Amino acid sequence: MDSLSAHGLRGSYDPSRRGFLITMLGAGVMLGYARCGLAAVEGIVSGAQRESSASELFEPTIWYGIDPGGEITINVKRAEMGQHVGTALARIVADELEADWGKVHVITVDSDPKWGEMVTGGSWSVWQSFPVLSRAGAAGRLALIEEGAKLLGVSTQSCTARKSAVHATGRSIVYGDIVARGNLGRTYTPEQLNEIPIKAPANRRLIGRDTLALDVPSKVNGKGRYGLDAVVEGMIYARPKIPPTRYDSKVVSIEDSAAKRVPGYIQSLALDDPSGTAPGWVMVYGESFTAASGAADLVKVKWSSGEAAHLSEQDLLRRAAELIADPNGGAMVVDDPGADTAFSSAKQKLERTYTTSTVMHFALEPINALAFEKNGIFEIHTGNQWQTAILPVLAKALGRSQDKIVLRSYLLGGGFGRRLDGYAVPAALAAKAVGKPVKMVCTRADDMRFDCPRSPSMQTLRMAFGDGGRVTAMDHHAAAGWPTAAINPAFMLKDARGVSFDAFAIWGADHWYTVGAHRVRALRNDLANRSFRPGYLRSVGAGWTNWAVESFMDEAAHAVGVDPVAFRLRLLNGVGRNSGSAPNAVGGAHRQAAVLARVAEKAGWRSPKPNDTGLGVATTFGQERDMPTWLACVARVRVDRTSGQVTVEKLTLVIDAGTLIQPDSATAQVEGAALWGLSMALHEGSEFVEGQPKDTNLDTYTLLRMGDVPEVEIEFLASTETPVGLGEAATTAVAPAIGNAIFAASGARLRHLPIRPEAVRQALAHRA
Amino acid sequence: MTTFNLNGRTVSVHSPNDAPLLWVIRDELGLTGTKFGCGIGMCGACTVHVEGRATRSCITAVGAVAGSKVTTIEGLDPEGRHPLQTAWIELQVPQCGYCQSGQIMQAATLLKDYPNPTDQDINAVMAGSLCRCMTYLRIRKAIKLAAGRMREGATHG
Repeated sequence: MDSLSAHGLRGSYDPSRRGFLITMLGAGVMLGYARCGLAAVEGIVSGAQRESSASELFEPTIWYGIDPGGEITINVKRAEMGQHVGTALARIVADELEADWGKVHVITVDSDPKWGEMVTGGSWSVWQSFPVLSRAGAAGRLALIEEGAKLLGVSTQSCTARKSAVHATGRSIVYGDIVARGNLGRTYTPEQLNEIPIKAPANRRLIGRDTLALDVPSKVNGKGRYGLDAVVEGMIYARPKIPPTRYDSKVVSIEDSAAKRVPGYIQSLALDDPSGTAPGWVMVYGESFTAASGAADLVKVKWSSGEAAHLSEQDLLRRAAELIADPNGGAMVVDDPGADTAFSSAKQKLERTYTTSTVMHFALEPINALAFEKNGIFEIHTGNQWQTAILPVLAKALGRSQDKIVLRSYLLGGGFGRRLDGYAVPAALAAKAVGKPVKMVCTRADDMRFDCPRSPSMQTLRMAFGDGGRVTAMDHHAAAGWPTAAINPAFMLKDARGVSFDAFAIWGADHWYTVGAHRVRALRNDLANRSFRPGYLRSVGAGWTNWAVESFMDEAAHAVGVDPVAFRLRLLNGVGRNSGSAPNAVGGAHRQAAVLARVAEKAGWRSPKPNDTGLGVATTFGQERDMPTWLACVARVRVDRTSGQVTVEKLTLVIDAGTLIQPDSATAQVEGAALWGLSMALHEGSEFVEGQPKDTNLDTYTLLRMGDVPEVEIEFLASTETPVGLGEAATTAVAPAIGNAIFAASGARLRHLPIRPEAVRQALAHRA
Repeated sequence: MTTFNLNGRTVSVHSPNDAPLLWVIRDELGLTGTKFGCGIGMCGACTVHVEGRATRSCITAVGAVAGSKVTTIEGLDPEGRHPLQTAWIELQVPQCGYCQSGQIMQAATLLKDYPNPTDQDINAVMAGSLCRCMTYLRIRKAIKLAAGRMREGATHG
């Protein structure tokens, strides 16, 4: 799997190769956070464009500037969707810069090629940014010390920097004064930057110490600006009529006579979308959202649709089963020699199949975007996770070059992968069609029907055992819709034979257990990709691959009569490719073994439990081998044997995520992700019926609520290794921990997500 | 035209009587702290106070609040320093933040009714307020923190 690290996304993300020679830039920005609850986030009507006076700023890199007053503004290219990412990234810069944190501000920048790949996903933000921003901060510090020493009339060697000032014996000068008085034209080549050493962990002053996140105050007083809050003079509203299928519906007729009685209704238009993002969409325009929405309810559209209009969840699983049964298809993501021999000579074999249902994103802010043309530039105002991916699609849709389109940044009312997709396109087309600013707002049902949900999945796993229950081989066949094939095919990877696959849909199956000859086969559920738009949903494939791997490990342990923790620890021996490598996976599987051992101890793995109560364990490495977030979870559940109701009483999680930038934000991410895992395990899940997700609102789509929340205990193992991602990791371990706990409590083995009481009752009856 | 009191000031709006209060507040009156989540009164993101009671503004017609006092997150406290808001910051409750106006408005009436809420009170009253980021653990803690301070304030104040 090491080939994955050379993959294009990583390769294209190399800001150290660009931008650091740029010194004086006026950064046009939309979104900022000031401290003390005074949000600098303003709408465009009131004019939030902050054009820095370029000649007065010291900008040793594109990532921040220092003004003559000493105020430091950090440019953040990652979307703020709940991670407090701006604060974390600013702390990285400020620590190396030796900045006074009280003078640090954060702005979330608009799209611009100078920022390199703009994506907020994969839990990558801190991991990818850390080396870049650390060196950027250090470069500024060195330049300020050099210039400060000159101004103080002392040698550079005799100076140190602390709290936004350069100090020599008995004298000092603050950064602002150096910027105001000095000649800070210092720039760094990529080579020079790469040679700048960053601090030893012991010398850090901000990293690893909590501070209040800069985005929080504007989220408790109603001042934070989300995409839904964007306004511009003269805008009208639009709400779409979503066609019956994602790809193959054509508008036959639009009948709007009833809508004409709605005050403020303007018109209905079929969109012409050369990008194919929103084929068959009809936009209903109104002077207010109420008018557009009310009219849309009355507009009758006839479509002609293909076979996808009859798709069912069962069709998808049937197709998955066919693909798994055919030994010839798919990509071999892991393909060790000797597996067939091991299976044919096995003393004992185990084979199990696991499935998961469709899952909806349900980001609480329904998708929306404001679009208009101004001064020859098409502006899209919306919260967005993947500007770099959507810009070329917008260019194709609008028939203009990418440099004539800009995405303005806003807070995101939930990301979770929902906002990696292309809803900006229909908004832009809606504005283009009428030649005026249009704010497209989807209702909840529109959002759900146009969602790119987590595909249903089916996986078959096999294990071969030799003498004494020793594991000699493991096979893993996984079939699902592939998000990358649908959303950004350029990011597909290839196996050793050149067969392409979606890494995001199979990561997790390439685990760190030493299992002898290991094979992982990734199968694209072609019916899924043809019929709907499989999406990236918090942890993506790792959300289903780990459900299978960790449920199966439990079954394997029981099959050979070994304690599930002991069984896993035996396989997490850090041998061969599982020994790990610098800088991201130092220690390899030994670190996974450490979190597993610790969680077992912490959760009282061996302590006696009341009747019908059980502990279940699962351990994962988050999402990808190249950025392992070592994690283990124990769930304590109680099973009501009569109703089949499962109550999760407690989740205990132990994580090794390397260096923590903001420990409290890290904890918050694990809290949220763990409860997401629980929500998806027991409460969520939908299914395709007649081509559409069955559930389109909270009347039937059920999510975890306050009263369902168990006790949650979280511990991070102390580490100074590379900081890795935390937004998604915990979602991957909770469901299998719960499934395994249900088995421990009741003997019922569940192999499908979500776990419903009916399935528990059936499993109990089957056991009896 | 409907006239009502919004955050202490009298407003007259032109939206039709049956227009949802949510969209009138947001689009006609320009206060966008109140959010749209589900449109059927089941997520709580649109919660405002009507005569001091938590009300789902997405399913409340503006005509129904004629002559009433309506309070949004922007009007909960003149300085944005309601004990719930300060507790929310202190415990770093919000993640994406989109639901939090509604959570705070709902919690404010919870504390009026139950100055010393039990976990069961919190479960019951906050059940209708969905947080997709799942910040529930911190919401519960922050409600209790704010409740404690408000009781102290009432005793000593």
